[in-house]
Amino acid sequence: MLNRTAENVARATPEPLARKVRGISDKGLAWLFISPTILLLLAINIFPLFWAIYLSFTNYRANRPNEVVKNLGFANYQRILGDQDIWIAMQTTAHFVFWTILLQTLIGFTLAWLIDRKFRGHAFWTTLILVPMMLSPAVVGNFWRFLYEPQIGLFAYAISFVSGIPPTNIQMLSNVSLAPWSIIIVDTWMWTPYVMLICLAGLRSIPEYIYEAAEVDRASNWRQFWSITLPMALPFIMLAVLFRGIENFKMFDMVNLLTGGGPGSTTEVASITLKRQAFESWRTGYSSAFAIILFVAVFGLANIYVKALNKVKQR
Amino acid sequence: MSLTTAHSVVAPSANSKRIAGAIIIAYALISIVPLLWIFATSFKTPPDSIAYPPKILFQPSLEGYCNLFTTRTRQTPEYINSLGPATSFCDETTRMRNMVIAGPSNFVPRFVNSLIIAFGSTFCAVFLGTLSAYGFSRFKVPLADDLLFFILSTRMMPPIAVAIPIYLMYRELGLSDTALGMILLYTAVNVSLAVWLLKGFIDEIPREYEEAAMIDGYTRLQAFWRTVLPQATTGIAATAIFCLIFAWNEYAFAALLTSGTAQTAPPFIPTIIGEGGQDWPAVAAGTTIFLVPILVFTILLRKQLLRGITFGAVRK
Repeated sequence: MLNRTAENVARATPEPLARKVRGISDKGLAWLFISPTILLLLAINIFPLFWAIYLSFTNYRANRPNEVVKNLGFANYQRILGDQDIWIAMQTTAHFVFWTILLQTLIGFTLAWLIDRKFRGHAFWTTLILVPMMLSPAVVGNFWRFLYEPQIGLFAYAISFVSGIPPTNIQMLSNVSLAPWSIIIVDTWMWTPYVMLICLAGLRSIPEYIYEAAEVDRASNWRQFWSITLPMALPFIMLAVLFRGIENFKMFDMVNLLTGGGPGSTTEVASITLKRQAFESWRTGYSSAFAIILFVAVFGLANIYVKALNKVKQR
Repeated sequence: MSLTTAHSVVAPSANSKRIAGAIIIAYALISIVPLLWIFATSFKTPPDSIAYPPKILFQPSLEGYCNLFTTRTRQTPEYINSLGPATSFCDETTRMRNMVIAGPSNFVPRFVNSLIIAFGSTFCAVFLGTLSAYGFSRFKVPLADDLLFFILSTRMMPPIAVAIPIYLMYRELGLSDTALGMILLYTAVNVSLAVWLLKGFIDEIPREYEEAAMIDGYTRLQAFWRTVLPQATTGIAATAIFCLIFAWNEYAFAALLTSGTAQTAPPFIPTIIGEGGQDWPAVAAGTTIFLVPILVFTILLRKQLLRGITFGAVRK
């Protein structure tokens, strides 16, 4: 109604007058409002991206800016795909992403399911649980290094207290087989609340009447969980997995401060390799090619995943 | 709604509520232990902080905070005795360890850098984000979905991958290790979040308000200023806090692109070292001071948290 009136008024006004009254046309205003953001992103994100693509075809080294830059064609890409270290880094990343997502989803969903019972004081305890995910991953990585210290650290002490293993033997950060788990534990501690929060939203979105109908049909609790709760919360769980997947694929800060990729390269996830190549070995061209490959991988996987997610949503 | 739940046949039984509550409280308490430990460590003396077994009960001391804010040099007892009486608590503790305070540490300047960069970039991101979000929400923008996806996709790139060309670009432009450079970079990262979140908030404000205002003779710009902005205040505040937290916590760009004058607190805190290794009470003190604002913000934000962390995809 209001819309129609506004349109009628607009149509009745002669064009030059209208322009004066409105000051600036809607279309002009729309571009005026949107273009600063787009320009900033073009300057700070897209231009550098194209620069990185260009560099990825060269042998440029940032620490030797005066050297002649040679065009290498696809040689950097070929070398990366044949590089044993890169494949090991990708495996380390996959191991990290797989276990963190599995643990966070299982624990996070369970917690959400329990919180959904709405016991007394659940709001307070939920807020308390959410705290770790708001912290700086770098600062978290740094102070977990303290907790993991074999003798003086609280973590080692607590584990030895429970298991009876002497605390000097719990070398979370320097033992080759324990180090990958040390980063998984910290990431799970930090990000389980994130998955929990999204799952909680999913559980709360399920209308009560569906359960009531199931109750009338005498469906068991077990049956209700598998045929109502889980399928209806699934799009939310998948969304949480998507966000965590992308974030952990890019993981840098927490791991860099906790283990720095060590011992050796046992916790060297893709971003750490990238940093070592780009800012320690200064192989700018080579690392740009690796960066592009990583970006295409995240982008491609995320796209496929979003398609799957939409299918689940439509069901 | 509440009536139907109260009489619902499917409401969880009192017993199951009790068990659920017990498990959640246990999880919450265990997950908060690392934070409490850092807080406690910040009040320990260096020997207490590395004692075995770890000390749960200890004599609280402010030595960690003293060490965080000062740099110290070792001196001979004769020299220390020749000095006048200690002027402050920190002076006294330092002298007890055969050292004298040489000057202030870099913590305060780094902390101030964090504040400047976080607030500067948040202001820019929210300003740009509000305008764009309004544009996308109210006008028919050609290729709107593609543009919105483009804005979001800039967030998918690994920070290190972005840092390589940014590093080169900033070196050319003289923006390396400057607050301005970091503000620009964080604005670019945060603006995607701001646009997506604010679009959701502005979508929820009925268009009729502006239309009514425009019939009353306001221009579009005035209508935006006088009717939309006041109603979007909660959304804008929530978005600003999310941007602030990101900029405050960010490490990868800060570590690679700043080294001195513009360095922020996250890359600085891990570099605090004492004699013979990391000075854990000082690190813990720095960490505590750094984390307190985040705790306050988390409590303020708890209702909007879900929306913020999912880029507005889940609204409850």
